[in-house]
Amino acid sequence: MKENTTLVQVSTRSQSFGFFRAMSAVVWKDLAAELRGRELISAMLVFALLVILIFNFALELDAETRSTVTSGVLWVTFAFAGTLGLNRSMAMEKDRGCLDGLLLAPVDRSAIYFGKAIGNLIFMLIVEMIVLPVYSLLYNTNLFNPGLLLVILLGSIGYVAVGTLLSSMAVQTRTRDVLLPILLFPVAIPVFIAAVRASTGFLQGIDMAEIQPWLSLLITYDVVFTAVAFMVFDYVVEE
Amino acid sequence: MESAKPRLLTILDIVTIVMLVIATWMVFLYAPMEAVMGNVQRVFYFHVAAGWVGMLGFLVAAIAGIAYLRTGRRDWDITSLSAVEIGMVFAFINVVTGSIWARPIWNTWWTWDPRLTTATIMLLIYAAYLLLRQGIEDPDRRARFGAVYVIIGFLSVPLTFFSARLFRTIHPVVIGTNQPGAEGAFDMTTVMLQTFLFALLTFTFIFADLLWHRIRLGKLADQVEQKKLKVMA
Repeated sequence: MKENTTLVQVSTRSQSFGFFRAMSAVVWKDLAAELRGRELISAMLVFALLVILIFNFALELDAETRSTVTSGVLWVTFAFAGTLGLNRSMAMEKDRGCLDGLLLAPVDRSAIYFGKAIGNLIFMLIVEMIVLPVYSLLYNTNLFNPGLLLVILLGSIGYVAVGTLLSSMAVQTRTRDVLLPILLFPVAIPVFIAAVRASTGFLQGIDMAEIQPWLSLLITYDVVFTAVAFMVFDYVVEE
Repeated sequence: MESAKPRLLTILDIVTIVMLVIATWMVFLYAPMEAVMGNVQRVFYFHVAAGWVGMLGFLVAAIAGIAYLRTGRRDWDITSLSAVEIGMVFAFINVVTGSIWARPIWNTWWTWDPRLTTATIMLLIYAAYLLLRQGIEDPDRRARFGAVYVIIGFLSVPLTFFSARLFRTIHPVVIGTNQPGAEGAFDMTTVMLQTFLFALLTFTFIFADLLWHRIRLGKLADQVEQKKLKVMA
């Protein structure tokens, strides 16, 4: 009896160890490819700066307008740049048949999902961490607010959790390039609303009690959709 | 192979049509005219009933999606698609009738009220669902992806509604149209309540009838497809 339980313990431990190893291998693969090629982050970054530039003229971002629309501009920029990255990161797997190789590997499929999601999250956060100081510099405002950084982290997690799942569906369709934003944006609306409100709250120094519900909403979204994506990812990559 | 139309479906057709006629009569002649809003209030009965059928359709679609992923049976996929199509039509009827009512009562065709916002985003989600299905040729994959998206979409709807409502309560609009109960609310008399409940029941029957027809159509289309493949092979 006792031997049995230790056996079970050992096997579950090695299983979870294998899961983390597989996951970090996928993350590492993405990071190494990015370090050598630098196509994803540079494309996202240039695109993000272009979006901000367009907003500058579209909205006439003078000092007065800026205080109210900054978080909106930031989140639209992040969302657009994020879609670009999500699409590219999955298309890369699909193009050279890498996805099939990954799926042949004798590891848990959800390890692949979490690996890709964490990779996408890292890319998105890097872009965001470059956009923030550039925006602060260009418009002479200070965006280094720990609250804002927390909102960006929570919002990006939710966005990437759904985005990774949907992009792995989108790349397997005929209309792959246009499909991801159409699939992702309507589902990610709660993230945008909550993230924009919470960011504005932190930037304008609004009372914490009023920001709290938005943070709770973001956390709820992150938990629910990470769990669902984890459950259904198998069906998305099944052949 | 099924080909003949089931007797029960014919009966359901007739019952539904009769009920719709009665419901229309009740809405226009049986129910009293509302004192403040006048005749335009009559849109309310079919407006709410259509909204109910829209939500019911999306709920059925999500449940059928889960059932498809668990069993892998084609029937569930057909059910899911059928429910989404019917749900979209009725959700659209819901939005249009709502606009007709809102024009005289709220003095605008449209306002970014949480319910209206959620209805719009919901329609966009299911439009995306149809686009997704269109882009996939392999029927098996189309069914799997459709099921996954219909589940994700349905889960996001309550969160969208909640965030849209929170958006308004924290940032109130000066014009009092942001609370649905505030402008154009009224108390129902017994006759009005009867009409309302009967309209709900009628529309539920319409939903069941249409769903049955649409599922049958989907299965027949499948059979035709298989026969075509057999001939070509």
